[in-house]
Formats: sequence, C-alpha cells, structure tokens
Amino acid sequence: MSSTTLGMILFLAFVAATLGITVWASRQTKTAADYYAGGRSFSGAQNGLAIGGDYMSAASFLGIAGIIALSGYDGFLYSIGFLVAWLVALLLVAELMRNSGKFTMADVLAFRMSPRPVRTAAGASTIVVSIFYLLAQMVGAGALVGLLLGIESEAGKLWTIVGVGALMIVYVVFGGMKGTTWVQIVKAVLLMTGAALVTVLVLGKFGFNLSALLSQAAATSGPSGNTGSFLVPGLKYGTEAQGVAGKIDLISLGLALVLGTAGLPHILIRFYTVPTAKDARKSVLWGIGIIGVFYLLTLVLGFGAAALVGREEIVAGDPGGNTAAPLLALRIGEEIFGPVGGTILLAFIGAVAFATILAVVAGLTLASSSSFAHDLYAHVFRRGQASERQEVVVARISALVIGAIAIGLSILAQSQNVAFLVALAFAVAASGNLPAILYSLFWKRFNTSGAVSAIYGGLLSALLLVIFSPVVSGSEAALFRDADFAWFPLSNPGILSIPIGFLCGWIGTIMSKEYNAAKYAEIEVRSLTGVGSEKAVKH
Amino acid sequence: MTTQEHDASVYEQVQGSSEFQDLKRRFRRWTFPMTVAFLAWYLLYVVLSGWARDFMGIKVWGDINVGLILGLLQFVSTFLIAWAYSRHAEKALDPIADKLRHEVEEKTK
Repeated sequence: MSSTTLGMILFLAFVAATLGITVWASRQTKTAADYYAGGRSFSGAQNGLAIGGDYMSAASFLGIAGIIALSGYDGFLYSIGFLVAWLVALLLVAELMRNSGKFTMADVLAFRMSPRPVRTAAGASTIVVSIFYLLAQMVGAGALVGLLLGIESEAGKLWTIVGVGALMIVYVVFGGMKGTTWVQIVKAVLLMTGAALVTVLVLGKFGFNLSALLSQAAATSGPSGNTGSFLVPGLKYGTEAQGVAGKIDLISLGLALVLGTAGLPHILIRFYTVPTAKDARKSVLWGIGIIGVFYLLTLVLGFGAAALVGREEIVAGDPGGNTAAPLLALRIGEEIFGPVGGTILLAFIGAVAFATILAVVAGLTLASSSSFAHDLYAHVFRRGQASERQEVVVARISALVIGAIAIGLSILAQSQNVAFLVALAFAVAASGNLPAILYSLFWKRFNTSGAVSAIYGGLLSALLLVIFSPVVSGSEAALFRDADFAWFPLSNPGILSIPIGFLCGWIGTIMSKEYNAAKYAEIEVRSLTGVGSEKAVKH
Repeated sequence: MTTQEHDASVYEQVQGSSEFQDLKRRFRRWTFPMTVAFLAWYLLYVVLSGWARDFMGIKVWGDINVGLILGLLQFVSTFLIAWAYSRHAEKALDPIADKLRHEVEEKTK
C-alpha cells in the first residue's frame, strides 16, 4: 500500500469520526448559547486543547518547520512571537472578555457604546480578518494536497479546496461551536501526538544531543561557505542584503504577531465556551502549555528535516519548505522501522496536516458567521428585535454563504502567493481590534466615536499599507509581479498601523463628548468580578 | 440587562467601594507592569536578532549559541509568567472578586 492510499484512509477515518461528532453535537445544540458558545460547558483543559487546535494552523505546523528547515534560526524566531502573544490574551483579555461579553468580540465593545455603529465596525473587521485567514488556509490546503497526495493537476487542487470547504461548512452549520470545538480537540491531540513522535525519533537518532542535531543541520542545509549562519538570525527575515528596511520589517512582523493574537475573533470567541472567567484563565494556561511545547517540537522537526532530509530534497518537494515535516517523517520512519514504517509515518503526518487545516478553517467560518448573525443581522439590521431562533438560523445560513464565498475566492486565488494574508490578518487584528478591546476594558473615557475610529483606522491603515507594499506589487514574490505601485518599503504594516489604530481610538474619543459613567461602572465591575456574566447552559 | 437603571446604581456603588478599588489596584499593579516587561523583553530579543547577530552567534555549548538560548528563555519566561499570573490571580484576586460578586448578586436579586 502506498503512503498516499494509507494517508487517504487515515484522513477518511478522521473525517468519519468528526462527522460523527458533528451529528452528536447538532442534537445537543438547541439554544443560541449552544450554537455560538458550545453551551459554555467546556472545561478549561478541553478549551485549552481547542485553543491549540484553533491556533496551530498548517501554516505553523508545516510552515514553521519548513522555514526552520530552509532558513534555520529564523523559523524559530517566528514561532516565539506566536507564543509570547498568549500572555497578552492571558493577562489583559481572556477573563475580562468572558465576564463582559456574550457571543462575539463586538459584545464587549457594544457594552457601553452606541451598539449599531460599533457592531457594524467590529462585524466588518471580524469578517475581513477571518476571510483573509481563511483564504490563506484554503489556498494552502489545495497546494498541500498536491504535495502530499502527488496530485499535480489543477482539477485535483480545485476539488481539494471544494472538499475542504464543504466539510468545514458541514462542521459549522450542523455542529456549531460544540461540534467545531470537538473537531479542534481531536485535531490538537493528533497533531501533538504526531509531532511528538517524530521529534522523539529524531532526537533519539542524535542521542538526545541537541547540539549534534544543530551541527548536522547546519552542515547539511546551511548556505555553502558559511554554514554557521544557519544557526543565527538573518537568513530569511531582515537579511543583510535587505538593509535597515528589512530589519525594521522584522520588528514590524514581531509586533503584529505578539499583539495580533489577542485581537483575532476566532480566538476571542473561544473564551465564551467555558462556564466562568476562572475556566477562561485555565484554558489559556493549557493553551500556552500546549502551544509552547508544540513550537519546541517544530524546532526539532525543522532542524531534523535540515539534517536528515537536506535542503535540496526539501526544495524539490516544495520551494517554500512546506513538505519538510512530511519528508522528515518518511525519512526517519524508513531509517528506524524500514520502508513500511516510513510509509505509515508519512501517511499519519499527512492526515494530521489535513485535520489541522479542517479544524482551523471551521473555527474561522464559525467566527465570521457568528459575527454576521449576532452583530450585523440581529443588532444592526433588526435592531435587537430578532428572536434567538431566527438568529441561529441566520448564523447557519451565513456559515453556508461565507463558506461558499471562501471556496470561490480560494479557487480564484489558488495559483497566487497568498501566504501574506496570514500576516495581514494578524496586523489588522493588532491594529484595529486590540486597541478597541483594550480601550473599552480599561479606559473610562472611551466612547463610540473612539471605538469606531480605532477599528476603521487600524483596519484601513493596515490594508492600505499592504496594498502599497512589496507583497502586492513591485517585487519578484508579489501578487502582481508586472505592476509596481509599491511605495511603502515594509511587507508588514504593524509598526505603523498598530500605533495608528491606538492613535485613532484616542483622537476619536476626545473628539466626542459622549461619556457614560454608569455604563463604565457596570463593565468595570462586571469584567473584574464576574457579576452578571453569562451562565453555562444546563441540559 | 432588563433592569438597567437599578443595576447601574448598584454597579456604581460597588465601583466606589474601597474593596473594589483594592481589587482593581491589585489587578492592574500586577498585569500592567508585567505586560510592559514581557513586551520589552520580547522586543529586545527581536532587536538583538536584527542588529546583534554576532552576539547571537556566540557559541556557548557545542553548537548551541546565545541566540538559541535567548529564544528558549522566551519560552521559559512565557511559561513562568503564565504560572505566576495564575498564582497571583488565585491568591490576590479571586477571593475579593468572589466576595464582591456574591454581594452584588444578593443586592440585585
């Protein structure tokens, strides 16, 4: 049996199991709190696993391992921003949001502001961020399947995108938050198991001597003549050839990564799935543990691929390095267990990669459809007059529609390099959403005009700076290679757009006289003590 | 949410109480400086990665260099800060928050 057949069987087993979960979850989903927040009945540990499942995308599993395999140290540098970011969520956002919100990010902002403009802005930003992220994941899925299953044809990629999209729609429409959360839990366990297994095998081969692994990685895959540079920063981000702009770009990327996580809507809604703020805290602690260990594993996977597979073979598989981890699984499996072992390990890692993509896209679809139904439909269009039942029906329909739009856009973009959309999603989240959330939780004077200015200011500045950056035009790797309208030198807008978002929020606030002391007292007391917070659903 | 007028006054009373102000102070005094500290430590690491590559490349043990150790220390500090926060919250914040919550829930019944 070939690894692709076996991989397919393992993947179908995952699909069958998760569809079973979805059927079960759909029977448990009755109220709006069930659909949007899984009945708020997950434990801290379960939600912590789901946080890991939602966050550890294929981009971070295959992508970071690939960057480490090809550019050494810089992939590690990238993963650190993704981890440290969780401290912002833990210390400043998770518990307070759980206490003061209901279903979406906008709930917290709309608490003491005029609901319609604020929900419109927050809904728009949620949908934009989620769709960017979704596109990057789905286009990546098409390419990945090609690599893992050996499907070269365009039609194969197209059907993969359609298949991934259809499954994600089914999970979200029928399973709601409960089904989606369980898909993420299963995926997190599989991903950690697969990554840990390959890591132990690789380390075992080097006698659990990290230094020996690094030496061989640098010797095999480092740049010829200067293999030592493989183990220090600078081969990918802020290379000496890019000069000062490249190094500032590195800082800009770092800022967006570290401040973006606590503004990502699909991450924020996870805090509503537990009964209390203490459980939200516990789930972030679990999440930090799981995500931290996972990035340490990718460090070994990346350097392991560099040492054992080697640069040439990795680049032949995929110039971006996305096949480094699967190729490593094949190689180490063959070396230790023989050809059959290699086949099984490769198939397992391939299936895990698919599961990873599915769980992440489901989380994104849920976040954007929830925001459409709860913020835009129920509160903006119907001015809070929609019944719970109508809201959930609309949420399900919008999951279907958003899913279909995402499939369509992904097919259009499938031959484009859209990896920058992930960094853009983080930049928009850090520039628009985070300032609005932090101001509304901690700044007494903050008001509607400030919230709307922060979100639109951050969103638009991040978007415009990217449009006029080298990732869209004027460079070899750009979206439009033949045009050149790039005047902003950095590929990551964060260093400018994040301060702009905070500044817009501040200026918008002081320009308006609106200030409601009673409402601020309410959100402050509620957020810190948990008075009046939404309770778990009892079935 | 239905009894906003009544609730708001209770919330303002709680907000003005010395116990709540104490809770707020304990929360902010711990989390705000710690946020500044870990962001500064992370930015220092990124800046060193951009501008101090010779320093990052100094070998400490075999092929393990300063850059790798600083990166691993970012993991260690993240784990430690998360653990320290949960201890702080359990000891210094939760008891006051729980007490205030019960009081308000009694009043607003």
